[in-house]
Amino acid sequence: MPTKYTDDMLQQIPDATGHFGEFGGRFVSETLMPSLLQLEEQYNTLKHDPEFQEEFYRDLADYVGRPSPLYFAERLTDKVGGAKIYLKREDLNHTGAHKVNNTIGQALLAKHLGKPRIIAETGAGQHGVATATVAARLGLECTVFMGAEDVQRQAQNVYRMKLLGATVVPVESGTRTLKDAMNEAMRDWVTNVDNTFYIIGTVAGPHPYPMLVRDFQTVIGKEAKQQCLDKEGRLPDALVACVGGGSNAIGLFYPFIGDDSVKMYGVEAAGHGLESGEHAAPLCAGEPGVLHGNRTYLMSDNNGQISATHSVSAGLDYPGVGPEHSWLKDEGRAEYVAITDDEALDAFRTLTRVEGIIPALESSHAIAYGMKLAKQMDKDQIIIVNLSGRGDKDMHTIAEIDGITV
Amino acid sequence: MSRIKAVMSQLKSDGKSALIPYITGGDPVPGLTVELMHELVNAGADIIELGIPFSDPMADGPVIQLACERALEHNVSLDDILSMVSGFRETNTSTPVVLMGYLNPIVKMGYGLFASKAAGAGVDGVLVVDLPPEEGHQLLVEMRNNNLDSVYLIAPTTTDDRIKAICDASSGYVYYVSVKGVTGSASLDVASVAAKLAVIRNKSDIPVGVGFGIKDAESAAAVAKVADGVIVGSVLVNTIASNIDNHAAIKAKMYNIVSSMRQAMDA
Repeated sequence: MPTKYTDDMLQQIPDATGHFGEFGGRFVSETLMPSLLQLEEQYNTLKHDPEFQEEFYRDLADYVGRPSPLYFAERLTDKVGGAKIYLKREDLNHTGAHKVNNTIGQALLAKHLGKPRIIAETGAGQHGVATATVAARLGLECTVFMGAEDVQRQAQNVYRMKLLGATVVPVESGTRTLKDAMNEAMRDWVTNVDNTFYIIGTVAGPHPYPMLVRDFQTVIGKEAKQQCLDKEGRLPDALVACVGGGSNAIGLFYPFIGDDSVKMYGVEAAGHGLESGEHAAPLCAGEPGVLHGNRTYLMSDNNGQISATHSVSAGLDYPGVGPEHSWLKDEGRAEYVAITDDEALDAFRTLTRVEGIIPALESSHAIAYGMKLAKQMDKDQIIIVNLSGRGDKDMHTIAEIDGITV
Repeated sequence: MSRIKAVMSQLKSDGKSALIPYITGGDPVPGLTVELMHELVNAGADIIELGIPFSDPMADGPVIQLACERALEHNVSLDDILSMVSGFRETNTSTPVVLMGYLNPIVKMGYGLFASKAAGAGVDGVLVVDLPPEEGHQLLVEMRNNNLDSVYLIAPTTTDDRIKAICDASSGYVYYVSVKGVTGSASLDVASVAAKLAVIRNKSDIPVGVGFGIKDAESAAAVAKVADGVIVGSVLVNTIASNIDNHAAIKAKMYNIVSSMRQAMDA
C-alpha cells in the first residue's frame, strides 16, 4: 500500500497559516504579528534560494563538522541482546549538541533580515551556547534568557555563554525554568522587535518557527537515512529520540515520515513517574491548549494555568511540545513514551561505561528507551537512537546525585 | 445596542473620552475585586477591564505579572472571575465590563461554554491578548452568538492592511497598544499615537481606546484629546502592590488616581 504521507501531502504540513492539522498556528499579541509575517515571507523565499542553502550547508560542514557519524554501538547492542543499536552522533557537533544546526540557520536569517541583535531562551544552556557561538562568529549582539533555577544547575554553560560575549539574564518569574525564560524572551522581543531577531531553540513558538526550526534540523534525518542505507543496505526499523520541545526528534523523524515501515518513538521526561504528577510529558499525560504562540499538547491544570514541570534534565523541563509532534501523535504516525529520571540516569551510566560515550541527560532518555525497545526486537532489526548531545554539561548534576563535590 | 456601544456613543455626543481602568481579578484577594470595581466607577470609570489571571502572561511587564501571581496564590479561576462580574452586576447594571486575558484558560473551559457563561454573568466584551483575528474565528462566532463584543489589539507595528481586518473583527472598541513593549514599560508619545489613530480612523468608524504608558492625569488628558478611550492599568495595579494588606489604602489611592484622571480628561 502506498504511503499516505506523500511529499505533496507533507508540503501542506504545516499549511499556509502554520497549522499542523489542528495544532500550531500563530497565537501572539498583535505587536509581534507583522514581524512573524515578515519572517515567514523572507524564509519562504530563502528556503528556495540555492545561495542561502549552499551557505547553510557549507557552515554545517566546515563550522559544525557535519555530517555527524552514524555509529554502530556494538557493545551496547550485545549487552541488551536484541536489535542493532546505532547512535546518530549529534554530540560530536561543534558546541556539543544538535542545537547548533538550527542556530546556524536562524543566524543566517537574522543576517538577511538585517537585525543586529539576537535573543534566545535556553533550558539546559545548549541552545544558549549555540546561539552565543553563532553570534560571536557573526559579530551580533546576543542576550540569552535562562530560568534562575537552570542558571544554578547549568553553571558551566552560563560561563561558556559569557565567555562567548553573550549577556545571560536569569529569569526569576514563575517556575524559574525554560517556560519562564521563553516568556521573558518574548517580552524582550515585543519591546525591541525593530532591531532584534528571536532565535527560538526548538520546534515550538508561533509560525513560522516550528517549520523553519524543523527544516534546519532535518539534516539529522537526511544524513541518518543515507548512512543507514550505506551501512546496512536498508532503512532502520525504528527511530528513537528524546522530546522536550522536540527539535532533535523532528529533525530525525521528518525525512522518514513517508517510510511507513520505520516506526518512530519520541521519549518524554517522566521525571518522578507519570503517576506522581512531577514530570514533563505533555504528549503522554497532557491535553491540547495554547502556550507560547501555538496550539499543542500542554501540561496545565483544570483552570488552564500552566503546570510546573519536573525533569532531572533541564532541556526536557518544559510543559509544552512542538505542534508537529502533537500532530504526529494524533495521526498515530509516531508513538510517544516516557522515561523516568532514574531510568535516564541508569542509561547515562550504561552508555558511559559500555561505549565510552558520555551522553547528555536529555539524550539519556532516548538511550534508555532505545535499550528497552531493542530488547523486544529481533537481532536482525535496526534502531537509530539520536544521541542529541554530550554530557559534559551534566557533570555537576551527576556528581551531586553521587554525593561528590567536583 | 451593546452596553459598550451605548456608553461610547453617549460619550462621543458629550464630547468626552472614555476612562477605562484595568485591574486583575482576585488581586490582592478575591474578596476585594467587586469593591474595587465599584470604587473605580465612583471615581469616574466608564468601562472596566477585568484581568483574568494567567500563569504565563507573556505580554505583561513585572507589575501585572505579580498581580497574576497574587491572584493565583488564591487559585482564582476563570469561573471565579465570572462570579466577580455577577457580584458587580448585583448593584451595577450600566457600566460595561471587558475581560482581558490569555487564551489557555478559555480553551480549557471551552469556547461555547465560556461565551454563554460570560454573557450570563454580565460580561460585555472580551480581549484575548494572544489571539489575533487570524486565529480568533471560532471564539468570535461563539461571542457573537452570545452578543458579546470582541476587542482586538492594534500595535504600532501593525501594517495598514491588517488594521482594516482587525477593525472589522472587533466590536465595541479596538485597543491601540501605544508603545512597543510590555504593559507598564515605557511612556507613550502622543504625537505618534495621534498619527496612528488617524490611519485607523481612515479605515473604520469603531472607537479606539489607547493603552500602555498612561501613568498620570497629565498623560491621560493628553491621550483623551486624540482617542475615544483612555486605558490605564499598571499604575493602578501598583497601588495594590504597595499596600497589599491595607485594603482601605488601596481603595483610596485608586480612587484618587482615577478621579484625578477623570478631572484632567474632562477639563
